[in-house]
Amino acid sequence: MPVFVKDANKCVGCLVCIFACGRAHLAVGLESSCIKVRSQGGISRGFSVFVCRGCEDPPCARACPENALVVRKGGGVLLKEDLCTGCGHCVKACILDAIGWNNNKNKPVICIQCGECAKSCHYKVLEHRKT
Amino acid sequence: MIKEDTLRKILYIDLSKKKFWIEEREDLFSQFLGGTGVAIKLLQENCNAQVDPLSPDNPIIFAVGPLNGVFPIASKTVAMFKSPHTGNLGESHAGGRSAIALRMAGYGAIVIKGKSLKPLYISIHGDKVYFRDATTLWGLEEGVSTGALIRRQETGAGLRTIMRIGPAGEKKITYASVTLETYRHFGRLGLGAVFGSKNLKALVVSGKRDLKVIDFKRYREYYLNLLKQLAESDKMKKYHELGTPANVMPLSVSRGIPIKNLSTDFTEGIENISGEAFAEKHLGRRIACSHCPVACIHLAAFRKPYEDEPYFYRTVYLSYDYELIYALGTMLGISNAEGVLRLIEVVEEMGLDAISTGVILAWCTEAFEKGIINEKMTEGIIPQWGNAEAYSEFIKKIVFGKGEFFEDLGKGLDYVSSKYGGKDFALTYGKNEMPGYHTGYGAHIGYLFGARHSHLDSAGYAIDKEAMIKPLTEQQYAEKIFNEECWRQILSSLVICFFGREIYTPSVVSECLSLLDYNLNEEALMEIGRRIYIEKYRFKIKCGFDMENMQLPQRIFETSSSLGHLNEDFAKKIIINLKEKIQSLL
Repeated sequence: MPVFVKDANKCVGCLVCIFACGRAHLAVGLESSCIKVRSQGGISRGFSVFVCRGCEDPPCARACPENALVVRKGGGVLLKEDLCTGCGHCVKACILDAIGWNNNKNKPVICIQCGECAKSCHYKVLEHRKT
Repeated sequence: MIKEDTLRKILYIDLSKKKFWIEEREDLFSQFLGGTGVAIKLLQENCNAQVDPLSPDNPIIFAVGPLNGVFPIASKTVAMFKSPHTGNLGESHAGGRSAIALRMAGYGAIVIKGKSLKPLYISIHGDKVYFRDATTLWGLEEGVSTGALIRRQETGAGLRTIMRIGPAGEKKITYASVTLETYRHFGRLGLGAVFGSKNLKALVVSGKRDLKVIDFKRYREYYLNLLKQLAESDKMKKYHELGTPANVMPLSVSRGIPIKNLSTDFTEGIENISGEAFAEKHLGRRIACSHCPVACIHLAAFRKPYEDEPYFYRTVYLSYDYELIYALGTMLGISNAEGVLRLIEVVEEMGLDAISTGVILAWCTEAFEKGIINEKMTEGIIPQWGNAEAYSEFIKKIVFGKGEFFEDLGKGLDYVSSKYGGKDFALTYGKNEMPGYHTGYGAHIGYLFGARHSHLDSAGYAIDKEAMIKPLTEQQYAEKIFNEECWRQILSSLVICFFGREIYTPSVVSECLSLLDYNLNEEALMEIGRRIYIEKYRFKIKCGFDMENMQLPQRIFETSSSLGHLNEDFAKKIIINLKEKIQSLL
């Protein structure tokens, strides 16, 4: 059940989705988020949103040397934190830049496909689709 | 406050010695919350009131509060310094990415002292602080943007703030602003000039962390409830849709919007610069500050042809607000959106405060008509109501002009009208130029006695609105102005955007703070608000602010306001009441 970027042109850059992602990971702040919002070279040009699209054959899982990323049913991956060594290969493998990094844990922040980011977006930039 | 909260950390930066260090001040953040409350204490600690505002001894203080990064619309940073414009308390607020960036970098406040020998900019990425050379960025010509150059050099994309000054700040124009994220500003009271005096071109801040609350489940529920209200409540609708320019038409009907230096109340063509007209013709994009779903920032897409090249156009995005339409529109007799946008663009390029600039231009126009100033002094530029072209040249001259008159204009309207005359129509309050509300006693007396001489100190226009329905006595006026300013000290200590004030009532604030382990009921909050207000006043008085000698501009009694013609005697009675209230706490 991935989240799709429906229309990034409507993004106002409020970052409310990033905070929602943090809360979904039971945190307050920005360290435990994987969704990213960036201006397209200055705010006047608008924003791009980078969010996990829940690949069926995820390159991040294939890149993990420790098998810490397990392919989920319905797309995306699950992180087995005890297996993860924090090598960061998954981040490099994701062309969408949709994997976050928690510097305190030195481990990736992986989308849990919960759709909280889409739910929190007042401008309907994101859509949580049931597959 | 929560034991592990990094809010208590204050980052000190000494530009003279290129040194930085951190001090932990739980005492300040538990007693004065953060934002304006902590900033005024830090100003008292770090700034001798007698200091020359443009000397290395004037500190620049930025502060955020406990709710930044935790609750939505707590999106503002408070800047405090001694103002080169008024020689008094300097306080200015801005949003953009600044508040979240500062909080996420792990600080409650930053204090910048000293002066660099050469132009530099500072980068703060979490606990790393870098002094970067900015000699190449100093004196940049139009067409090359400081923001764009720094963006390429620094990390933290998406979460960082880039505060910078333009030519006006470099040249220490006393009402130079600091721009952040292209469209937000520490606009008023001349922070840009203080940056310039320190050879400080810019400040970059970024960071990323998790914060703690005491009950995550209750926090989550409370957060979602507030977010829903901010996004859906009718109370926020005006900021969502047309934005602050929604006020242009209602205020023109009630005669609350000043026209041509408040010389007339005749508003011909104002519908062409209304919020509706801007939205229909120019609104190109809406954006938001970090952690605010409201997105009140309205950007106009302004297409301009190149005069010397057919089929060549450029489109610039410019942020417009009520205050800009007032200062660079109605105040100057400009009644087309293109004219207003043209002046907004110049003001942004120069890095000036839009309100002060507009009020100064309006005074110049009237002074020119009256023969107080002449063409020789203005170096051939004739300021004329409605002539955006001439005003545009005039603004550039304020920054780049070499003649005595333009040098003087760079010191503000109070200075110029004291030197050349025309004080009775110089719209200044405590040496700061007038904001855009001629609504009645609440507005004008609020500007005069507000700690930062701003419409945002006590929102007197809202008090006047009440008085339009049911007249208020002098005691009621004084009471309302005073209480509102005290309560606003709490909002600006947390630091919540004032646009969220109807959602963040005292009980909501108390509840939010309880999740951060502050146990303060509504009465305790009001008490802290009064204390902060008085601390600010104490600093003002040390700087030489004399309550007995505060004068309202004569002009405001000559032109009809939203409450009709204002009565000078009644205004004096309100002032006596308000002064008593302030003095009783000093």
